[in-house]
Amino acid sequence: MAVETISKTPEVSLPISSDSITLRISRFNPKNDLSPTFAEFKVPIQKWTTVLEAILFVKQNLDHSVAVRYSCRQASCGSCGMRINGKPALACYTKISELNSNIVTVEPMHNFPIIRDLAVDFKQMFANHKKMKPYIIREDSEIASDTKEFLQTPEDVEKYLQFSYCIKCGLCNSACPTMATDESFIGPQGLAQAHRYVADNRDDGKKERLKIIDQSHGIWRCHFAGSCSHVCPKGVDPAMAIQLLRGYLLGFRK
Amino acid sequence: MRESIIMKIHYGTALGAVALVAIHILFRMTQNFSESLQYQNVIANYHLLPYALMLEVVLILLSVHGFNGLRVILLELKQGIAYEKLINYGSIGAMTALIAYGSRTILMAGMGMS
Amino acid sequence: MTERMSNREGLKGMANPTRYGLERVAYWLQRLSGLGLLAYLIGHIYETSSIVNGKVAWDKMLELTQTTQGHLILTLVIGMCVFHTANGIRVMLGHGGIGVGKPGQPEYPYKAASLNYKQRLCIWVSIALAALAMMYGMAVLFGD
Repeated sequence: MAVETISKTPEVSLPISSDSITLRISRFNPKNDLSPTFAEFKVPIQKWTTVLEAILFVKQNLDHSVAVRYSCRQASCGSCGMRINGKPALACYTKISELNSNIVTVEPMHNFPIIRDLAVDFKQMFANHKKMKPYIIREDSEIASDTKEFLQTPEDVEKYLQFSYCIKCGLCNSACPTMATDESFIGPQGLAQAHRYVADNRDDGKKERLKIIDQSHGIWRCHFAGSCSHVCPKGVDPAMAIQLLRGYLLGFRK
Repeated sequence: MRESIIMKIHYGTALGAVALVAIHILFRMTQNFSESLQYQNVIANYHLLPYALMLEVVLILLSVHGFNGLRVILLELKQGIAYEKLINYGSIGAMTALIAYGSRTILMAGMGMS
Repeated sequence: MTERMSNREGLKGMANPTRYGLERVAYWLQRLSGLGLLAYLIGHIYETSSIVNGKVAWDKMLELTQTTQGHLILTLVIGMCVFHTANGIRVMLGHGGIGVGKPGQPEYPYKAASLNYKQRLCIWVSIALAALAMMYGMAVLFGD
């Protein structure tokens, strides 16, 4: 991979900081480039500077053309997923100080087609998610005569709550060893969401969803490597969801 | 065949093979290791019907488990209808070939055709 | 072009056991040991088939396999077998939802319940058992 070093110093006056890091950003435009290259920038940081702030500093002061997706800056939208020093993470949720390195390398997430630089295409992930029928499947509805709401106890809610916290950031799919080679695999995100609805006692679509995942590139291509749960920023623990879901197919759960 | 059935077979063959391979190895420990590998002792093992049957079962269990595992790895590496059909049928073929070749040894040695 | 566009990590990514903790290392070792054991199974079936060709053929086969290299390979096979078995049982139970924790309200710092001390302990036990089996195997093979 070619390295293009751009030694840039900021022209604007900034708060005094003795710390700075080298930020290496992967640059790739599939329309023009044959392969990704790295552009290096010197970025001043403070104790609490996040990777996203460093990237936005570059965008604001050094190179406006860096393509990066971001929105909430508080780990709730899932937009800023990328590889930071080789590991998938949310840029807004990763402080430079916790990386323990003067060189921070940011690259687009693996296993997603690159649109440009750090922005990747989520089409396949969303398609896999849709395949899981991510909605309550039930014959009767709230609009029917006597029923106004489907009551759930706190214990009922706990069975699926953590899996509903998924922000569709795609970090799990990026870390998964099966996703690295299997283009037809549903992925930890889709499978975890399948479990979110199967575990919800308001849902009657268990049989349908189990039939969908019981394919050669479905749930059985997960081997419990746990990398998805290792990188999940919201504590969804997709690995747990997948194993619990598999329990239904193996007869451990009804 | 549904993938869940294939995987249940994969788990079942694993558990069965663990038990029987342990017995197979323990047989080698009934005597001094190098003595147990001597021709007459090995032939005597094959002449024991329960042991020969056990060897046959181990062969089938391990071939199924091993080649199914390889099939899973190969299916994850590349996808496509033709490729997947090739891998699926190739695995069954390889499984069958290994079982046939091993069974030949067990039969011939067991029936004293050596 | 399609490969680059899909940005898949590829075999290099699947085969890289680093970056994601002990469970990823266990996955990688399980795959490696599985392939190694399959290769050994095929070799073993082939080498034992020499018995049907009589004592001379069998002894010739023993000359090839009862060597230092042969014993080292067998020791490795013993290690792979024990690890693959022990870790396989852990994975099988995990696949059934046993030992993966219970769903609940995630609390910061969002430590995954499925990557718990029980799983890590089982992986270390599998590695330790494999090491012990290899030592015992070497004692038997080289002690003769």
